[in-house]
Amino acid sequence: MDQSLKNKTDLSEILPDNTLKTFVPQTKVERKVVHAPARYRNEISKYIIFRDEEKCTLCGECVKTCPKGVHVLKPGYKLFATPFSYKCNGFVCEKTDHFCIAKCPQGALQLKKNPMMEALGDARWPSDMMLATWHMAETGDILPEDSDFEYELGNSDGGFDRIRFVYPENPAKVNEDEIDLSLDLNKRNDGRPQITIDVPWYGGGMSFGSISNVTQLSKVRAAVAWNTFSCSGEGGYMERLRPYDDHMITQVATGLFGIREETIQRVPIVEFKYAQGAKPGLGGHLLGTKNTASVAKMREAVQGIPLFSPFPFHSVYSIEDHMKHIDWIKHINPRAIISTKVSTPTDVDMVAVGSYYAGTHIIHIDGGYGGTGAAPDIAKKNIAMPIDYAIPKVHNFLVAEGVRDTVILMASGGIRTYYDAAKSIALGADGVIIGTAELIALCCLRCTRCSAGRGCPRGIATTDGGLVTQISLDWGTQRLINLYNAWAIGLKDILKRLGLKSIKELRGRTDLLKHLDINA
Amino acid sequence: MPEKYHVKTSIVQPRLPRIGKFGVVDWREDCARCNNCVKKACIYDKYREESSFIRDLDEVHTLYYECMGCFSCVQNCTKNLLTMSINSEYRKLGNSYWTPQIFGTTWLEAETGKVPVSGAGYRGKFSGHGFDSMWTDMSEIVRPTRDGIHGREYISTSVDLGRKPSYLQFEGDKMNTELPPLISLPFPVIFDMPSAAHSLPVLEPYILETAKQTGLIAIVDTTKWIEIQLENKSDYLNNIAFYLNPNGPELSIDILNKTRLIEIPDGKDVEQRINAIKKDLPGIIIAVRVPLDTNASKRSEELSKIKNIEVIHLVADINGNEIGTNNPRFVKDVVREIHGLLIKNETRDEITLIAGGGVALSEHVAKALICGADLVSIDIPLLIAIECRLCESCKPGDYCSAKLDQEITLKYGAGRMTNLMGAWHWQMVELMGAMGMREARRLRGDVGRAMFKDELEEEIYGPIFKKQN
Repeated sequence: MDQSLKNKTDLSEILPDNTLKTFVPQTKVERKVVHAPARYRNEISKYIIFRDEEKCTLCGECVKTCPKGVHVLKPGYKLFATPFSYKCNGFVCEKTDHFCIAKCPQGALQLKKNPMMEALGDARWPSDMMLATWHMAETGDILPEDSDFEYELGNSDGGFDRIRFVYPENPAKVNEDEIDLSLDLNKRNDGRPQITIDVPWYGGGMSFGSISNVTQLSKVRAAVAWNTFSCSGEGGYMERLRPYDDHMITQVATGLFGIREETIQRVPIVEFKYAQGAKPGLGGHLLGTKNTASVAKMREAVQGIPLFSPFPFHSVYSIEDHMKHIDWIKHINPRAIISTKVSTPTDVDMVAVGSYYAGTHIIHIDGGYGGTGAAPDIAKKNIAMPIDYAIPKVHNFLVAEGVRDTVILMASGGIRTYYDAAKSIALGADGVIIGTAELIALCCLRCTRCSAGRGCPRGIATTDGGLVTQISLDWGTQRLINLYNAWAIGLKDILKRLGLKSIKELRGRTDLLKHLDINA
Repeated sequence: MPEKYHVKTSIVQPRLPRIGKFGVVDWREDCARCNNCVKKACIYDKYREESSFIRDLDEVHTLYYECMGCFSCVQNCTKNLLTMSINSEYRKLGNSYWTPQIFGTTWLEAETGKVPVSGAGYRGKFSGHGFDSMWTDMSEIVRPTRDGIHGREYISTSVDLGRKPSYLQFEGDKMNTELPPLISLPFPVIFDMPSAAHSLPVLEPYILETAKQTGLIAIVDTTKWIEIQLENKSDYLNNIAFYLNPNGPELSIDILNKTRLIEIPDGKDVEQRINAIKKDLPGIIIAVRVPLDTNASKRSEELSKIKNIEVIHLVADINGNEIGTNNPRFVKDVVREIHGLLIKNETRDEITLIAGGGVALSEHVAKALICGADLVSIDIPLLIAIECRLCESCKPGDYCSAKLDQEITLKYGAGRMTNLMGAWHWQMVELMGAMGMREARRLRGDVGRAMFKDELEEEIYGPIFKKQN
């Protein structure tokens, strides 16, 4: 490869002789789980262990008793460290032989549920689900069986939160190592490349501006490690993303911020965004305070000015217009496959099938309860259909139309855990696209201030020079690699319990689900 | 095209300390005074601001109530001493229908006049009671949306009150049809009389000033007219609809003639009463106030068949429920039923339906219209805008936690209410833009622009899960 070409940007240099390959050397990221604890001094815990220092005789029984590492006596120290309460299993330990409270000969330990749990999380992301995601991002593993974290269901009382899997009593025996989670993204057999991802999900579009460059890079580096994708969002394409081109999706949205021919040509997947679940039907909106110098430069805009992406594409008023856009992209980038991202109106099934006939490879439906960026509260709560309904509606329509096996259906907008991912697939999706879960893994706690002032106080969804330094690229990457690993383990566990060898076998298997209200 | 509607808003600060959700950050003992929480963790600088508040004991809680709930101080405290919890005062706001979230949203709108915006997706329940059991539609690709917020297209929120003839008759160039009076309001909201349970503050001056500033109409009980202290009271008559209280004083024809709408209670003699009023005031529109009880549908159907009925104002209880039953339906469901009945009777276009009770948020306006109302009436949101907590202890002599028994300025009261309407208007435009609608009039009864939870469950989950039973 001619390294001298890497800084050149015109078409002939990016696609010389139709080699269909970028000339920027691609960076590899190892798929390896490394323990990556959260970055705060005090972890938020479901339970709190109090040690009465006056009663404690430093006998060390608790250190020996607890297999979770709650009690630690550091070498060279005379006193115990403050208990690592976030590792505590809580009251489920009572029935075991390693319940430190009972084992303490002095009765110096107390266990309480942390009253802060009611302030953490919400109906869609309850505290248990958030803590479980942090655990997965830290350890790369799902929660142990003896934990009492409920993260299969949230507290929203509807949709996925009222649906559970029904595991057969005697499932077919499946070897975990043989379970296949991969997904082919081109089913059209149209001469364009086949793209296979190792896991049935990829990262959703979050623009530079809405999130920091460290967050965006962490996302794509995790995608490289797991041979899947991350999406640029509509905010331009950082040069620092170039070494990861092969795992990037360029999003073409209505504002066309930062969209140039070369950013379309760099990537294997180009996504048309017509709508987003965060604010269906309202376009995009980056508040002026988040339009910093670097963001403005990237978007070729004026610093400090609110940036709106109009709704809709003013050049698309029919499926034929949509087809024209797809043809345009296909012409500019012969090696790309096309994704069309739409939200979920009443006729989302018609939109999906129309998009298929316009030539898209991936239909991406983004439900009304999703989204990561700033959005009017009225839109988040009220506009468009939750993805929980939209998936079976679209899937069944594509089946009836006889085209289901020639198009990929990806779902997003409220996919919080691997359980949600599995339920989505059982309801009819091929795979899912995630956003909020990735941010949670980076220690987001959904305080909703991503839109305000300097942006995210946790340093994730901000471009403020001071705040972004809270996250290092290595840590961010590792947390996401770990999360992906835990999801893969979790999905394989579900498939194994269902007696399925491949994630593809799960698609549309609604017979494996039950609705807690209807099938009570 | 009607004149472009715009509500002029400006920031009106609250009189009382804000009641935030994350109100209490509790310090346990043993603080090391390291100031990490002050200097580093709190990016909003709320701790540092403490020193300026702490000197004024009356304001001491303000700081804590403005906590943004980011947990940064809690997690960065050197000695792990801080705990965050939900503010108990926040939790106590309102009732099961008028939730603390509604208060928070309304107060923000009343202060800023802006559309509340936040990040990180939706945080609430999947669906719920009443208006929360439906979603509004959006359009894409095949049905383009309307770009109303960014000003590319004008989205009209105007609606009409009055009887509309089904057709016009002409003889040559001369129109023979006598056109009935018609009121065009720029936004589908009318201000109702404050309920008896929340009658302590004298709200009318603020409401009337708001009606004037926003071009809307406020219903005023005739018994209150004399009490209202406003300069140039007659200037407000164009924005007043007098409720002709049978126990109230009779107002002069001169005063009534300067108004456009009158409301009367429903009763057996309603037709005769309307005829009598019309005799003196032929250009005025008369609304009949009908309690939304279990008889409301039948009564609305009966009224719609009376020739001179123009407007039916259905009023549910403050929580939007049917009155006088242990198993009440919600206002939206009853209105939907009545709308259907009037269509069936071919009288729908001749009657204006106002739905009142339970309209708490901007989205409820659009949803009520979708269910068949022409416009909605509100009262409680205006009270909340001026920081009422809805404690329902509005008796003279009782303590008012919102200090509404003390004097508040017209600038504050009307400013907050006007801001609320400004924010509601923009949000209505947002919803309609997403739906691809340019006319609020066309939203009426257009259930195709909405999705109802029960119907989605039946249509989508029914075939999947019911067969398993």
